[in-house]
Amino acid sequence: MSEHNLNFMPTEGFRARAKDVVENPFLRQSFRGAMDFLITKRAAQFPSPEELETLRTLGEQIRQYNLGKLPALLLQLEKNLIRNGIQVHWAETPDEANAIILGICKAHSAKLMVKGKSMVSEEIELNHACEAAGIDAMESDMGEYIVQLAGEKPSHIIMPAIHKTKEEIARLFNEKVPGVDYTDNVDELIQIGRRVLREKFLVADIGLSGVNMAVAETGTLCLVENEGNGRLSTTAPPVHIAITGIEKVVEKLAHVPPLLSLLTRSATGQNISTYFNMISGPRQPGEKDGPTEVHLVLLDNGRTQAYADEQLRKTLQCIRCGACMNHCPVYTRIGGHAYGTTYPGPIGKIISPHLLGLEATANMASASSMCGACGEVCPVKIPIPELLMRLREESYSAPHANPAMRGQGAGYSRLITSVWRGWAAVYRSPALYGVVTWLGSRFGRLMPSRQGAWTSVRVPLRPAPKRLRDMLKERG
Amino acid sequence: MSEQAKTSRRPADIYFFATCVVDQFFPGAGLDAITLLEREGIRVHFPEEQTCCGQPAYTSGFPDEARKVATLQLTLFPNDWPVVVPSGSCAGMMKHHYPTLFANDPARKAQAEALSVRIYEFTDFLVNVLGWQPEDRGGDCTVVLHTSCAARREMDVHLTGRKLLGGLNKVKVAQQDHESECCGFGGTFSLKQPEISGAMVEDKLKSLKATGAERVVSADCGCLMNILGHAAWKDKQEGRKTPSPPGEHIASFLLRRTSK
Repeated sequence: MSEHNLNFMPTEGFRARAKDVVENPFLRQSFRGAMDFLITKRAAQFPSPEELETLRTLGEQIRQYNLGKLPALLLQLEKNLIRNGIQVHWAETPDEANAIILGICKAHSAKLMVKGKSMVSEEIELNHACEAAGIDAMESDMGEYIVQLAGEKPSHIIMPAIHKTKEEIARLFNEKVPGVDYTDNVDELIQIGRRVLREKFLVADIGLSGVNMAVAETGTLCLVENEGNGRLSTTAPPVHIAITGIEKVVEKLAHVPPLLSLLTRSATGQNISTYFNMISGPRQPGEKDGPTEVHLVLLDNGRTQAYADEQLRKTLQCIRCGACMNHCPVYTRIGGHAYGTTYPGPIGKIISPHLLGLEATANMASASSMCGACGEVCPVKIPIPELLMRLREESYSAPHANPAMRGQGAGYSRLITSVWRGWAAVYRSPALYGVVTWLGSRFGRLMPSRQGAWTSVRVPLRPAPKRLRDMLKERG
Repeated sequence: MSEQAKTSRRPADIYFFATCVVDQFFPGAGLDAITLLEREGIRVHFPEEQTCCGQPAYTSGFPDEARKVATLQLTLFPNDWPVVVPSGSCAGMMKHHYPTLFANDPARKAQAEALSVRIYEFTDFLVNVLGWQPEDRGGDCTVVLHTSCAARREMDVHLTGRKLLGGLNKVKVAQQDHESECCGFGGTFSLKQPEISGAMVEDKLKSLKATGAERVVSADCGCLMNILGHAAWKDKQEGRKTPSPPGEHIASFLLRRTSK
């Protein structure tokens, strides 16, 4: 495991972190309200269930089509990016990605980097790497800026500061931004952020951004955003570095509109985002603005592992809209930080094991009631519950040769496995089932009144004095 | 569908797959469902060897163990009769997951697929196969319906329970907030993540109680075990002697409301 990933030990302490949140009525209410708001906004964008279904099927088909020819598309993308004057870099690990980015910074003696919102930069912990190299990396998305000021990580992939109230942000600005008095007027807070950030765009050496879709046939990087900070980050500084996971490539320009429409409607309930940037090269001779250098860093970080397995590959269909977390009853109860991973919520549970290995995420998939809300809203129809079951199996099965995943068997327990074997021995045998359940019905009253986790908020489970089969016999 | 088409599909015989939860914990619900079906003139067959659909192991990441248990159930329904299951969750397992579970075993996969088309969730069977119109014989009453996630999202039968209750003249069906949200049971989830599961069932009970309904009904005993188990725990904590609210399987409620 790379040094940068050492911060991610989600399995450790997950239950304790979750408990802290569920026992905090204020946070519970605040998450519930925020998620309800997003759920309502999305629902308003999809008034027709038939249209939604058609669009989701189209989204799924486009993503599966492109993943089906991913290696060829990546080469085509590289070729066309280079033709357009964009420099392409391949990174297998977060460390490699950071080294590439820091190398570019060093070549330009960069001191200040402004960042548009990028979850992949969070994934590689770029801000830490920059700090260690003496480069000031400044977040310019309002949510990310707030989270950075607070010394935290994003708690949601679309709304990084969704866990914060305006009063908390007001106190934070008052403490951390020089010369700012306390105000919890949201418009004023936004203006304060803008004022600080505007100055930075003008003097930054490097602009960093993510990528929502990379179009192979044209060599174009697409960037979806609402604040204009993405456009400024990618145009004002002399050097633009974009970073993305290798799965974000689509073959055709025609694939962009349906995915874009699904993305903004599912994510924030917007018809279209305020800004949509299509970047197809650095400043050309005779042009008056734009960066003189554009780089793209393509990151693997476990994605090829998911790619190699037909079922797990569906994980890579994700367009990072966050609808699965907004609709998840678990995310709604515990918020994003409890997960301890860059990507929280249902998508986090299925992608993180590939990024971090099952050793660090062995029990993450257990944090789901399998209610299916995530799969129901996913705009590209990722069968998240099915993948969660697969990850449970990969984690809990005994370690074996040629596993599909790094860390397979990390959650293996001889005891738990024997319990399930014993269970199967009883339930596959009508005779044994008959004896065991008969005993249960006769002596059910003797069941302990404390039944572990079950009785923490419920009365003990006791079998009825007569089974249905006994009642049917008596009835004749 | 015309009335005639409905009656022509009306089977003389059906199998009843009770589920292990009903057999052991809610036998009255099973008996009421069978009684109601028999009252409609249907011969109900209860294969004695039935145990469990295998879902607990399947969703917990132990498909081999689930397969062993599912293999037994595959053999229990030899005649071409509908198999009625008083649970959306277990019906979903048998209808939608058995074919996947046996994907690498051609003979059993064929059996699973043949069984799949005959699986009906109880309320779906009443509404869409029998075209059953309940005649309300009870007094004024307000109930709130909880629909399981599997009934809603796997079986797509979330409207049938509501339709049945809507057919009862003197029954008002209350609308809870966050109706489509999970109650937090999730089988082993409730044991592995008790804090989150506990928070979910706490919120679910609050929503149900906030409607002021006298009674909770559901077509899934797994959810009832969780919701009513929490309600009874709360009653005990707060010193109530009567269940607040009481709850039961929709079969029991329907049978009582329509009995002379």
